[in-house]
This record gives sequence, C-alpha cells and structure tokens, in this order.
Amino acid sequence: MREVRVLEIKQSVFADNDRQADLLRQDLKERGVFLLNLMSSPGAGKTTTLMRTIEALKDTFKIGVMEADIDSDVDAQTISGSGAKVIQLHTGGMCHLDAEMTRQGLAGLQTDDVELAILENVGNLVCPAEFDTGAVKNAMILSVPEGHDKPLKYPLMFTICDVVLINKIDVMPYFDFDLEKCKEYIRMRNPNAKIIPICAKTGEGIEEWSKWLKEEVSRWCMTK
Amino acid sequence: MHELGVVFHIMDNLEKVAEENEVKGISKVVLELGEVSTVIESYLQNCWKWAIKKRELFAQAQLIVEQLPAVTYCEGCGQTYPTVQYGKICPHCKSPNTWLLQGNEFNIKEIEVY
Repeated sequence: MREVRVLEIKQSVFADNDRQADLLRQDLKERGVFLLNLMSSPGAGKTTTLMRTIEALKDTFKIGVMEADIDSDVDAQTISGSGAKVIQLHTGGMCHLDAEMTRQGLAGLQTDDVELAILENVGNLVCPAEFDTGAVKNAMILSVPEGHDKPLKYPLMFTICDVVLINKIDVMPYFDFDLEKCKEYIRMRNPNAKIIPICAKTGEGIEEWSKWLKEEVSRWCMTK
Repeated sequence: MHELGVVFHIMDNLEKVAEENEVKGISKVVLELGEVSTVIESYLQNCWKWAIKKRELFAQAQLIVEQLPAVTYCEGCGQTYPTVQYGKICPHCKSPNTWLLQGNEFNIKEIEVY
C-alpha cells in the first residue's frame, strides 16, 4: 500500500490571484500607469461610455484600452476610431479576467507611453467581481433597463466597485426604474461608492465622471 | 458560474504546493465552500471530473466539498441569523443594516498526497 499523507493548505482559492493582483498594482505604481477595471452586464453600455470617456480625457492623458471578450473584435474596432491605443483580448471561453491575464494584456498593449489604461472586462456581473485584476480602481455600469434591484441581486459586484455609473438615464420614463431606490440599494452594499447617473449616448453626466477619473489618475501618477 | 475557471485556479495553486512538498500525486482535495459563495457544488464536481483527466498530478484525485452555512450579523440588535432563510432584513428587529459574517468562503482546506 502506498504511503499517504495529508497537507494542510488553509488558503482561499482566490489567494494566489489576490497576491498577483497586488504585485501588478505595485508595478503599475512604479511605472506611473493607472489601470481602471470597467465592468457591467452585456449591453449596459461599456463601449459607448468608453468612447465618451476617451473623448473627454484624450487631451489630458495618453489612453490605452484593453477589450476583453470571449470572442470577436467588434469592441476593439469601435474604440480604434477614438484615437486611443487599443488591443483585443480573448479569454478563450473564460467568464472573467484574472491578474495574470491582465498583466499579459498590459504587456501586449505596451504601456510605456500610457498614463490611463482601461480594461473593459467581460460583460458579466458575477465572476469579474471575484477576481482582482490588479486595477487601481473598479468601476461598473448599471443601465436603466436592467432594473434598480440589481445591487440586491449581485451584491459582490456593487461591494467591490469604487464608482457605479447608472447609464441610459434618458430612457428612465419608459422603465419602472426608481433612481433613489437604486442609490439606496447600492449604499446598503457599499456606503463609499460614488454614484453618477449618466447617458453615454447624449453625454449627460460624462463631465462629472471624467472629472472623478481625472482626479484619481492624477493622484496615482503624481505620488509614484 | 465560473466553476471550470476556479477548478483551474485550484489546480494551479496545488501544483505549486506539490512541487514544494515533493508530491507524486494527489488523491484527495478538501474544499470549504460557503453556502452563499457563487460556486455551485454539483457544477464544480462535474468540472473537476473533466479537468483531472487533463493533469497527471490529479488523475486519481477525489474532490470533497465541505459546506459552510451562511450567517448574517445585524448591526441593529447585535444578533445573528441564517442568511439563506431571512436574506438582508434581520428577523429579530427588522433592521436592514446587516452584513455577512460567514458564508462566502471558498478555501482549499487540505489535500491527501502520496
């Protein structure tokens, strides 16, 4: 009979990823690169919001974008028209990006001349919330048609985000979306989250959002 | 929802452990899974069965999942209650100011090796 022994591990499945994410953040700090992780469900308006964000900040920062999807390069095609540097990452069926994939993505993007790097994560409110990508700040977009109850249904996503953008506020009259209830639900999960109602299509609220982002990037790059 | 992805994470972690401990093979992996973590045990088991065929170290590895019950703490009255049964609102004092004390864990507890 072969000899069997038991090894105590006692560590979170996510511990290794968390370590790598911290290393990546340290690395970004030294190089003066700010990484934003942008998340949402599919169709909430990540790419349209990104186009507006680039338009607002392209004269202030050199911007690089990583588009993460299971397949296709339609988002990268769209972003390439904005003037920002862009690469498409394929997750090969995976529903999220982890810190190592993000590191590889940044290497592919070549961030030597980039100050603001934005990761457009896979459209999904569950898995990306569990894997720290190494980003400096996490932002998520909740769009009006999805409903104001989402912070209750996907609590972890709302807990880990520094900013929640409530998008498509122009169509609010057509949906039973209660903005105040939504804010209340977000604050229940995350009292520190900054909440900004926007409409990426018309540009409403983009000024407040880009002002927040500008301040965060400046602070990060200044203290390197 | 991402059971196959986390199976690979577990295997990556354990491959490092195996290397450090001069392990030939792993016969058992014991996980602790919180009741309200986002991982479903039956999916995890299915993914495990598929993935162990791809990696030699795990060829004979059995997956044991120990469930941890979810418990919520109420800031209103200081009591705890079962999360799954009552949700966010405290059944004792009806306060919504509650947070999860335990139940979203996803840990590798121990492994049996040869």
